[in-house]
Amino acid sequence: MAVSSETLETVRSVTGGEYKYGFVTDIESDFAPRGLNEDIVRFISAKKEEPDWLLQWRLKAYRFWTGLEHEEPKWSKVQHPPIDFQDAYYYAAPKEAKDGPKSLDEVDPELLRTYEKLGIPLREQEVLAGVAVDAVFDSISVATTYKEKLAELGIVFCPFSEAVKEHPDLVQKYLGSVVPYSDNFYATLNSAVFSDGSFVYIPPGVRCPMELSTYFRINAANTGQFERTLIIADRDSYVSYLEGCTAPMRDENQLHAAVVELVTHDNAEIKYATIQNWYPGDKDGKGGIYNFVTKRGACRGRNSKISWTQVETGSAITWKYPSVILQGDNSIGEFYSVAVTNNYQQADTGTKMIHIGKNTRSTIISKGISAGHGQNTYRGLVRVMPKAKGARNYTQCDSLLIGDSCGGHTVPYIEVRNPTARVEHEASASKISDDQLFYCRQRGLDLEDAVSVIVNGFCKEVFQKLPMEFAVEAQKLLDVSLEGSVG
Amino acid sequence: MGQLLEIKNLHARVEGKAILDGIELTIDAGEVHAVMGPNGSGKSTLAYVLSGREGYEVTEGEVIFEGKDLLAMAPEERARAGIFLAFQYPIEIPGVSTSVFLKSAVNILRRERGESELDAMDFLKRAKEKLAALRMDQKFLSRPVNVGFSGGEKKRSEIFQMAMLEPKLAILDETDSGLDIDALKIVAEGINALRSPEKATLMITHYQRLLDYVVPDKVHVLAHGRIVKTGGKELALELEEKGYAAFDAASKDAA
Repeated sequence: MAVSSETLETVRSVTGGEYKYGFVTDIESDFAPRGLNEDIVRFISAKKEEPDWLLQWRLKAYRFWTGLEHEEPKWSKVQHPPIDFQDAYYYAAPKEAKDGPKSLDEVDPELLRTYEKLGIPLREQEVLAGVAVDAVFDSISVATTYKEKLAELGIVFCPFSEAVKEHPDLVQKYLGSVVPYSDNFYATLNSAVFSDGSFVYIPPGVRCPMELSTYFRINAANTGQFERTLIIADRDSYVSYLEGCTAPMRDENQLHAAVVELVTHDNAEIKYATIQNWYPGDKDGKGGIYNFVTKRGACRGRNSKISWTQVETGSAITWKYPSVILQGDNSIGEFYSVAVTNNYQQADTGTKMIHIGKNTRSTIISKGISAGHGQNTYRGLVRVMPKAKGARNYTQCDSLLIGDSCGGHTVPYIEVRNPTARVEHEASASKISDDQLFYCRQRGLDLEDAVSVIVNGFCKEVFQKLPMEFAVEAQKLLDVSLEGSVG
Repeated sequence: MGQLLEIKNLHARVEGKAILDGIELTIDAGEVHAVMGPNGSGKSTLAYVLSGREGYEVTEGEVIFEGKDLLAMAPEERARAGIFLAFQYPIEIPGVSTSVFLKSAVNILRRERGESELDAMDFLKRAKEKLAALRMDQKFLSRPVNVGFSGGEKKRSEIFQMAMLEPKLAILDETDSGLDIDALKIVAEGINALRSPEKATLMITHYQRLLDYVVPDKVHVLAHGRIVKTGGKELALELEEKGYAAFDAASKDAA
């Protein structure tokens, strides 16, 4: 396994210091042996010096998962060859830098160009200057910034593995409370082998003064990444959190099966934004990340709020449904999504809004953009339970198609069991028309600018939900993702 | 004044059907020309061929713009060279504010001309002046391009964009249609404000009434894809009086 110098630069810029943290130097101990069995689960748990209760929880999940084998969810619209779960590494930690990082010359120039275009890592440095960051590199968190400053306010922001040691009571109380280990095939797998991720706790009455952010990086070959993030906003608190993801270009597909759990208590709010830019595969559909992720939030408290915003431009396949369980009365769930599929990318994404409490409200705005041979499906569930008096939902799903070989699909499920509920669903599908392109070009914009202007206009409602600097980043990402899709 | 545009023996077809059948037209800098003709005579086709819209196939002839082969240029290259088309039916672009759209276009053209780009403040200042002249609300800038605009607003928006982009050759495709008399006067003022010795305007219209307010140097009658008669502004009045039929017959005879 080689750590590219570009990646190291990124991590350095993120951590603002030397790459000197205690990574094991022995190559053999960098990886767990290939494959998956109970010993691997024990290996990971031991590597992380976990308490017995967590090991037992993992084992329970593992045994449950073995009962599910070959029962991957088949109901989504995505297609891929069967995954050989024994042919992957479930734990990888970076080696020390001097052990032979690739020189920049060895890095695929296409990748470098992409990064130049994105302005990463240089821009990353600027953007992240005022943001607290947890950098997760393959299976482990390599550094967390601003920890001390946040600790003064009682905020916990640290790698998951550290939280297990430092705040075991919090972890034990909330882990699996929103996404149980038996939830679904990939969440169960994650529960057995998850390696690291971020942990956040905002104490009562505290408004987190800065954006918290996790930067996920898959680097090693043939390695699955299974991170686990848990965010708890205690009563009257607020936090805005952002995750970014990148991975190198590789010919083989790599699995990323994360779980994110959010909990808000009375009057608390969590804003969770994702800019997902895992490697999407090449233009012929070779390689790329399988992004099979379970994200769910529980608005446990009254008047609490959880808002998901996602910009999904990467991954060969995206399968994720960031959802909200609206348990507390008057609680609010939001889902704002832009998903882009170009070339042979597939996305089956959407949300579930489960209304349980009275006067609960949810808003779903989904923008799917398909180009090339991309297939993009919105799949969403709005469920109003019998006691959810006065529940309201507004859903808007828009699909934009570029070219003739792509597809956009909308699969909304609506289940209403309370007669006072009000549920609205609007959907549209459109193509970028030749008329629009000509109009823009007649004003002097070239074809790529014209597509960019039209697509950004289409996504505007979602981008407005992102913090300013990330909205700019998201726009650029979109431009890069759609490059060459027209003309 | 120098020659700006020269159209020589221009033949074009759309979906295999011949529409333009040997257009000859020369426009000098500083001039305002009007092309008039009945429906189906090829007026809009001429506008689209000059601006480079796809699907309009030139089968013969050439168009020289400031010494360059216009037909070899992409639509955006033509726009950057100074050709502006005010659309008969302006296109909606949802979610894109008029100011964002127009600011990027203005700065692309300014870069092309070697001028410095306008920053947000300068752009806004200039836009407000032009809007005021066209008696349009400033709120207009934040509305998405052409979305939800009334017919009259769309036409005024085109003239506003033209004022901001300062083209060398403005082609107005039935800009007068669908305007009431007050709006027509305002739009005409906007067009007149852009008249200068370096620039030229080609008005394509069905009716003579716009020409009461924007007085042309030359009027051309288009029928069956050819210019069948050229004259001064009095030709428009003659047309109004006699109708197109007389000229139509003449062109058929010629054919």
